[in-house]
Amino acid sequence: MTDAPSGRLSPALRTEALEQLLVERELVDPAVMDAFITTYERDVGPLNGARVVARAWTDPEYRAWLLQDGTAAIKDLGYGGPQGEHMVVLEQTEDVHHVVVCTLCSCYPWPVLGLPPSWYKDPAYRAGMVRTPRRTLREMGLEVPEGREIQVWDSSAEVRYLVLPRRPAGTEEWDAEALAALVTRDAMVGVAEVAAP
Amino acid sequence: MDSIADMGGTQGWGPARIPTDEPPFAEPWEGRSFALTVLTMGRISGRNLDAFRHALGRLHPVDYLVDGYYGRWLNAAELMLTDSTVLAPGAVDARARRNRGEDVEEPAFPEPTRPDYQATAPGSLREVDHGPAFGVGEVVHTKDLHPQGPTKLPRYLRRRTGTVHAVRPPHVLPDTHAVFAGENPQHVYTVAFPSTELWGPDAEPFTLHAEVFESYLETR
Repeated sequence: MTDAPSGRLSPALRTEALEQLLVERELVDPAVMDAFITTYERDVGPLNGARVVARAWTDPEYRAWLLQDGTAAIKDLGYGGPQGEHMVVLEQTEDVHHVVVCTLCSCYPWPVLGLPPSWYKDPAYRAGMVRTPRRTLREMGLEVPEGREIQVWDSSAEVRYLVLPRRPAGTEEWDAEALAALVTRDAMVGVAEVAAP
Repeated sequence: MDSIADMGGTQGWGPARIPTDEPPFAEPWEGRSFALTVLTMGRISGRNLDAFRHALGRLHPVDYLVDGYYGRWLNAAELMLTDSTVLAPGAVDARARRNRGEDVEEPAFPEPTRPDYQATAPGSLREVDHGPAFGVGEVVHTKDLHPQGPTKLPRYLRRRTGTVHAVRPPHVLPDTHAVFAGENPQHVYTVAFPSTELWGPDAEPFTLHAEVFESYLETR
């Protein structure tokens, strides 16, 4: 490594300084910043994707539409916009396990999953998932059965992926709202399964 | 350009992390950095999303890695602002040092020189007046690209043979869009590569899919 970052100021201090400089020039309105932050803290998160998955689990016609035209079917539930302009949905099956990564940055389907979690942005995930996915998934706590084929999707352009997990056994009588509460962010990226209740 | 941001298949990072529940922003400054960067890439610096990604790719590896994800965004926002001369180099550091009591002189605000650029539409989807050059099932080869400027063809996918899995709608080409040399919309292909084509005969068996812009491909 080059020079150690000694004497380097913390990003917290530098963020404060940058905001001050831009506010003084009237280039930034702190209220606009607050609105952005609140939106991604409260409104845009994996619950959106969970609702998409639960609808697909309970409505075969919707499921077929979702797999054929993810963008339109997701928009029908009210989710779209930046980082979700062209969505593709990948269905987990007994035979195939899908997992999504972005090796060039950390591209992620914001409208349905919110902002990416730290592990998704981590070099170990971005580097390992396209080279040794089975091992990387194991490191993350998911053992993919030997007979199940792994398909890795590197979202290297603007296509954004949502994984449709397998519906767990024992939920046959559940409605969409109850099912949505079971669906996790990790299952919709493909690094976990939805656990049976 | 090849940069620290292009991480696919690189080694030495240790095991992947076990997922945990976490808030979108672990600390208040991360949310501030997020919002400042989103505003900077468009409204304030007059640049665009591809220019932002190119700024991330031009960071020194230390600046890319040491401050975490939103620190990396902050550093790229600062780079975009100095590129557009909204801020002078060192202005952020000087202000931060003054804020903690150091006697540092701040550079004067320069005259902004934002790029002369207007997107033709929001987002990156565009129309083109010709059909895709390659079809589903066609065998394609990625070119041996090593441009000085930005590219979205990762290193590990150069000079590789794959099969077109899907034809996607045309998108703006980041290579030129990031540097305001035109949108150059073109078809994007999801190409399937066998793992052995990427990592040799001893690779774990799996299929890798990636989006590849039309100009990155050839039939040979």
